[in-house]
Amino acid sequence: MSLPQSIRDTPRGYLPSGINARHITLAGILLLCLLLSTPVLTVFSSIGQDSDGAWQHLADTLLWSYIGQSLLLMLGVALLVLLIGVAPAWLVTMTRFPGSRILEWALVLPLAMPAYIIAYTYTGMLDVTGPVQGFIRETFDLRFGDYWFPSIRSSGGAMTMLALVLYPYVYLLSRTAFLEQSVCVLEVSRTLGASPWRSFSRVAVPLARPAIFAGLSLVLMETLADYGTVQYFGLSTFTTGIFRTWFGMGSAPAAAQLSAVLLIFIFCLVIGEQWSRSRSRYHHTSSKYSQLPRPRLRGWKCWAAMIYCGLPVLLGFVIPFLQLAWWAWDTRALVDFSNFGELMWNSLKLAFIAALIALGLGLFISYSKRLQPGLAMRSSVRVLGLGYAVPGTVIAVGVLIPFTWLDNTFDAWMQAQFGISTGLLLSGSLTALVFAYVVRFLPVSMNTIDAGLGKIKPTMDDAGRSMGMGSWQILRRIHVPMLRTSLLTATLLVFVDVLKELPATLILRPFNFNTLAIRTYELANQERLTEAAASALMIVLAGIIPVILISLSISSSRPGKSSEKEKRHDNR
Amino acid sequence: MRKVLSGLFTLTIMVLATLSGQQASAAEVNVYSAREENLIKPLLDRFSDETGIRVNLITAGADELTTRMELEGANSPADVLLTVDVGRLWRAKEADLLQSVDSDVLMRQVPSQYRDSDNQWFAASLRSRVIVYDKERVDPSELSTYEALADPKWRGDICVRSSSNIYNQSLVASLVSHNGLDDTQQWAQSLVENFARSPQGGDRDQIAAVAIGQCQLALVNTYYFAGMINSTMDDQREQASRVAVFWPNQEGRGAHINISGAAVARHAPNRQEAVQLMEYLVSDEAQEWYAETNNEYPVREGVPVSDTLASWGAFKADDLALEQLGIHNAEAVRLMDRAGWR
Repeated sequence: MSLPQSIRDTPRGYLPSGINARHITLAGILLLCLLLSTPVLTVFSSIGQDSDGAWQHLADTLLWSYIGQSLLLMLGVALLVLLIGVAPAWLVTMTRFPGSRILEWALVLPLAMPAYIIAYTYTGMLDVTGPVQGFIRETFDLRFGDYWFPSIRSSGGAMTMLALVLYPYVYLLSRTAFLEQSVCVLEVSRTLGASPWRSFSRVAVPLARPAIFAGLSLVLMETLADYGTVQYFGLSTFTTGIFRTWFGMGSAPAAAQLSAVLLIFIFCLVIGEQWSRSRSRYHHTSSKYSQLPRPRLRGWKCWAAMIYCGLPVLLGFVIPFLQLAWWAWDTRALVDFSNFGELMWNSLKLAFIAALIALGLGLFISYSKRLQPGLAMRSSVRVLGLGYAVPGTVIAVGVLIPFTWLDNTFDAWMQAQFGISTGLLLSGSLTALVFAYVVRFLPVSMNTIDAGLGKIKPTMDDAGRSMGMGSWQILRRIHVPMLRTSLLTATLLVFVDVLKELPATLILRPFNFNTLAIRTYELANQERLTEAAASALMIVLAGIIPVILISLSISSSRPGKSSEKEKRHDNR
Repeated sequence: MRKVLSGLFTLTIMVLATLSGQQASAAEVNVYSAREENLIKPLLDRFSDETGIRVNLITAGADELTTRMELEGANSPADVLLTVDVGRLWRAKEADLLQSVDSDVLMRQVPSQYRDSDNQWFAASLRSRVIVYDKERVDPSELSTYEALADPKWRGDICVRSSSNIYNQSLVASLVSHNGLDDTQQWAQSLVENFARSPQGGDRDQIAAVAIGQCQLALVNTYYFAGMINSTMDDQREQASRVAVFWPNQEGRGAHINISGAAVARHAPNRQEAVQLMEYLVSDEAQEWYAETNNEYPVREGVPVSDTLASWGAFKADDLALEQLGIHNAEAVRLMDRAGWR
C-alpha cells in the first residue's frame, strides 16, 4: 500500500534520468503479479516434459470426453444461473411483493453452502437408495426400474447443484448494477412507451451487462475448478481428469498438459468477456438518483414473483440446510464435538487473514491498473485472474514447488555457511496455505473492486488532481469512501470462499491443524454422510453472517437512498 | 551499519537455531496419514500415552502426501507414512521416499506377502474386495470367481464404483498379474457391458443399490459392508440385511487382498520413534482396535476379528506378493480407460 505514497514523496531529481515514478510502480506491480502467478506458472513449466505416452493415451481415450463434459457443464450452469440470478435481482429491486424484503438478502444465502456439501445432501435425499425414492417405492408398491426418476448423479444433477450455490454471484452483481442505475434511464424508456418487461430486457439488462458477465465469469471459473461435486457424481471433467492422470497414471507432465488445455479454456472465457464489452464504457453519466419507484405486484404476478424468487432460496439453502440439521441431530451421539471450537476458530482465522490480504492486494492492483492502464499491466492482471479457475490441488502443488525449493536452498546455504539446519521455514507453515488462498481468491476481490472502480468517473480523479492531491490521497479520500460497499463485498466474498475451500487446505496445512471443511470431507470420504452433517452445518452457519452482511451493505449502497448520505458525498 | 546488519543476522540465526533445536529435543514422531483423523487419532493417542512420544499428524490423500514428501526432500519432517492401500506404498518406494526398517518385531508379526521385499513397508491391517449379492434373487452357487463376472449372463446386473477408485485399480492390477494384460483387457470390456449403471458413488452406495434391486451383484471392500451391518442408521442396517458376502476364487488362488500399511520416510528425523510407532501398529492392542473399530482383518494370526467378520467365516486369501499391485497399477488404469470403465 505504501508504494504510491513513497513514489509521490520521492523528489524527481533523485531518480536516474529516463526513469520516473510510473516505471517504478509498474515494475513493482509486475513483480507482484509474477510472484502471485508463480504457482500457476510452475505447474505449466512441466508442459514441455515427456509424458511417456500418457498424453497420447489421453488423446486416444478420454481427452474429448473431458472437454465435452466440461463444456456441457459450463453451458448448463451458465443458463441456469442466468435464469435464477438476473430476473430475481430485478424483481426484488424494482417491485414489491410479500416477502420481497426478506428475499433481498435471503437470495444470497446459498453462497454459504459449499458445492460438495449440497451435492452430498441432495444425493442422500434423491439417490435411488434415498428416502424420496424409497417412499415412492413403498407408497406405490414398486420395485426399482418400474418408475422413472431423474438420476441425481449425472451431468444434469451436477449442473443443478453448482447453479444452486453459484447463482448468488450473478444475483449480487446484477442487483448492485440495478440499484445503481439512474432512474432517469428507466423513466425515459417507460415514457417512450416500453412495457415494464421491455424496459427490463432492453434497457436495464443491457446496461447491467458488465456486472452480469463479471458474475457469470466467476461462476464459470468456479465450475471449472470444482472437484468435489464432479468427483462425487463420477463425471469425467477436466478436474477429475487431471487428478486421474497425475495420481492414477503417475504422470505429472500429462496432468500439466491437461491443466494447460483447461487454462486455454479459461483464457478464452476471460477474453470473451472483455471483448463483449469491447470499447463501450459504463460510467454513470447522470447523477440523478431518487428513491426507486417500487410498484406493488398484485394477483398472479405477485404469486409468480414469490415462487420465482423463493424457489432458488428454498432449493439452494432451506431444504439442504434442514436436511443437514436433521442428520446432525440424528447423529449427535456419534459425532465428536470436543474440538469443534478449535476447528471453527482455525477456519475463521484463516478466512479472515486471507480475506484481508486479498483485499489489500486487490485494491492496490486494481487502482494501479486504473492509473496506468498499459498493455503490460493489463496482461499481467489477466494472468493473475486465472488463479480462480485452477483447481485447488493444482494451486497447492504449484505453491509447494517454489516454497520447498526456497526452503531447501536456504537450508543448504545456512548449512554451508554456519552449519545450522533451518529446515522448512515456509512450506510447513500457514504462510504457504494463506499464499495459496490469496493466489486462488485474489481474482474475486480484484474483480469486485474493479467493477466498483469502473463506475467512478475518471473526472473524479481529475478533480482531485486539480486540487493538488497525489494518487495516494485520491485513493484514500475519494475512492475508498466511494468504494466502501465494493471493498466490504470483496472481503466477505473471499472470506466465505476460504471457509469453504478444501483441497489446498488439505495438502498445505501444518501438523495437527484441522478445519471444519477438512472434518466434513474426511467423514464424507468414509461414506459417513450423516455424521459429516454436523461440521457441514457449522461451515454454513459460519458463512451465513458474512453473506447477510454483504447483502445488507449492497441494499444500503444505492446512491440517493437517503438524502443525508448524498450530502455527505457532496461534502467530500 | 555493517555491524548492525551482521548483528541482526546472527540474532536471526540464533533464533532459528533455537526453534529448530527445540523441535528436535522432545521425543516426537511426525505422521503423514492417508487414513482419516478419526480412524487413526485414537490409536496414536494410546501410543502417546504408553510411550510418552508426542505424535504430530497431517491427514490427506496418499498421493498428495507423497507429492509433498517428494518436494520437501531431505528436509521433510515426515517420519511415518500411513496409507490405506498398497499401490501407494509401492509408488512411494519407487520414488525413493522410504527406507528399509530392521525390526525383529515387524519381521515376526507381518507375514512375508504383506511386507515389502526390501522391508520398506509393512501391512498394518487387511481388507478384501469381495462380491456381494442380492439374497433374494441370486443363488450363490451361480457365483465363482472375479473372472466369471464377465459372463454375459450377468448383463446389466453388476454395480461397481469408478475406476478412479484405488481399490478397483488394485483389484484389476491383481488380475493383470495373474492372467496377463490381454486377458484382463478382454475381461474388463465384458465386465463393463455387464454394468447395471455407469459407475458412481462409493462402496456403500453399491451395496444399497443391490439392496433396492438396481443390480444383483456388486464389488465392495469388506469393512464397508461390515460398517453398514453395524450402522446406527436404520435404513443402512435394513439395506445390509438384504445382501450377503460371497468370497471369490476360493477354489483357486483366493480372494483379492489389499492392506493399510506403514513405512518409515527416507529422511525421517525421528527414525527410532518411527520404528517404535510401526511396531505398536502390529501390537495386540492396535490389531484388536483395527478389527473392532473399523472391521478390518488383523495382519497377525491369532488376533480375534469382530463378530461381523467372524460371522462371514474363514476364507482363502490370495497370497500374491502385494508389490505386484503397485507394479501393475498404471497398466490397470489405462486398461480400464480403454474398456470404457468410467
